Amino acid sequence: MSIEVRNITKTFGTFRALDDVSLTVADGELVALLGPSGSGKTTLLRVIAGLEQPDPGSGAILFHDEDVADKHVSERRVGFVFQHYALFRHMTVFENVAFGLRVRPRSRRPPEAEIRRRVQELLELVQLEAFADRYPHQLSGGQRQRVALARALPVEPRVLLLDEPFGALDAKVRKELRAWLRRLHEEIRLTSVFVTHDQDEALEVADRVVITNGGRIEQVGTPDEVFHHPATEFVMDFLGDVNAFHGRVHAGTVQFDTLELPFPYSRQRIAGDARVFVRPYDVTIDTMAGDLPALEAQVTRVHSAGPIVRVELRTSAGQRLVSEISQERFRTMGLETGGRVYVRPRHIRVFADGD
Amino acid sequence: MTRRATTESPFTRRVLIGTALAFLTLCLFLPLVLVFTYAFGEGVGAYLASFGDPDTRAAIRLTLLTAAIAVPANTLFGVAAAWGIAKFDFRGKSVLITLIDLPFAISPVIAGLVFVLLFGARGWFGPWLMEHDVRILFAVPGIVLATTFVTFPFVARELIPLMQAQGTEEEQSALTLGASGWQTFRRVTLPNIKWALVYGVILCNARAMGEFGAVSVVSGKIRGSTTTVPLHIEILFNDYQLTASFAVASLLAFLALVTLAVKSLVEGRTAEVGGAGGPREMEGGR
Repeated sequence: MSIEVRNITKTFGTFRALDDVSLTVADGELVALLGPSGSGKTTLLRVIAGLEQPDPGSGAILFHDEDVADKHVSERRVGFVFQHYALFRHMTVFENVAFGLRVRPRSRRPPEAEIRRRVQELLELVQLEAFADRYPHQLSGGQRQRVALARALPVEPRVLLLDEPFGALDAKVRKELRAWLRRLHEEIRLTSVFVTHDQDEALEVADRVVITNGGRIEQVGTPDEVFHHPATEFVMDFLGDVNAFHGRVHAGTVQFDTLELPFPYSRQRIAGDARVFVRPYDVTIDTMAGDLPALEAQVTRVHSAGPIVRVELRTSAGQRLVSEISQERFRTMGLETGGRVYVRPRHIRVFADGD
Repeated sequence: MTRRATTESPFTRRVLIGTALAFLTLCLFLPLVLVFTYAFGEGVGAYLASFGDPDTRAAIRLTLLTAAIAVPANTLFGVAAAWGIAKFDFRGKSVLITLIDLPFAISPVIAGLVFVLLFGARGWFGPWLMEHDVRILFAVPGIVLATTFVTFPFVARELIPLMQAQGTEEEQSALTLGASGWQTFRRVTLPNIKWALVYGVILCNARAMGEFGAVSVVSGKIRGSTTTVPLHIEILFNDYQLTASFAVASLLAFLALVTLAVKSLVEGRTAEVGGAGGPREMEGGR
């Protein structure tokens, strides 16, 4: 079931949480809403679910071309998984999962044996069949999250919405559940949207990533697209570490620090002041000056405890930047704090200097 | 054995505990014992005979009737008010919370006088009521109204903090799963507040049956017709019918003991259930 959000605006008092947002999620897709807190991602999810009403007069929400904007949350048939699980604390795991079936009107309620069978099936799907008689407070966080997921499924939701599904879990459990959610999605192929502020989570799990900022959508694309071709400065900055320089674009070149590099991307129509970004792993370090243009810099600090080595540098013009190189390269160069080196940005991204 | 820095000396401890015990004995335990001593002072026969008096029976019936109306009414109001306050945001919410506390803040006698001002012969609605031959003051409706007013906050006060702490996510979950508003209330909200509700109801009931001040102002004390148990005890006492007076009083004392027993039982339950559902629940999984 596809989801289409058309020109939705939502304000809380004077705060504009969603500002004319439009988004399409294809049938069977797993989409991540990624952004900092207050960027509107959770509000968008809750508006899709019907837990929040968009501002009167603002656009439409369609499930498979059917307008659901006027439908009550209980009639939209969405599976919603809350960040803090919101399990029914006085019910066993089994009864939690059975809830959606038990509250159906008598005419559409399956017989008890059928309910048992379906709940059992879902508990197996989330690998919790041994915990059917436990109460939520007897489970770990990861187990509760899986119960919350299983609870959303027996009513055959048209879409699955997850609000920071792993936000309340510790790092190790998060990673496990991430991979598990992806596998589950492959298995059930339910159109799903999840909210997260963790870019690794979004890039690893989702088919497409929607990056939100200040109530607007900055960019929508596959993880590769948004990571390697960020459309805006915000996206570039949000998806990983960056080194930022002030620069100038002029006559097919971009100048920053003491460098002048060719900049033939005339289609971006940037001229004058600009911001130049380089990812740390795109900054190469050499101990000797080569043929290619490079910046002279001094090593100010080295973090070598890890799979890669982070080298903090200061250029001769006083600009600080970070480079990430392999352990092997680090050892062959024999870098030391205070040493003089030549750094070269292998790949840069240039954005017009926004105000 | 060394003493911890935060522990008082054994002497200070004994003095403090002793003072508290002496105070409790004098002001609570002794009067309670005396009530039963006087009640059974002339033997079990005289004690039971006190309840044969038609006026006493009428007083007991009236008290039961009053509680049977006031307690369910306040349970309903209390749940509705707590639900509204805890689960929704609206303007004037803090004013409403303050209003709910009003009956606790003002003297019951004043509460009774307010009803006299409203429904008395020279009150706001008095003339109209007389014209239509409706009796509120010095009759059962007045007693029920005064009791309801005085016992209004008990249920709401118990529920509001609990429901606020529990938040609304479980209810939202239920709605997304297709439950109707009523199903959500009955299957999710109500079970979560069950024990706090029982607690509020028994306190409300104890006060409804024991209320003296407000009822005394509006009742008119017509024997056998508008006297509740507490009023009847006073009348008997003033008539020097000590055995009868204390026999009836023993009923209220007994009610107090039962209330305390139920209360401590329920407190155990709420600690268990509330604790399991409250913030401590999160400890294991984070």
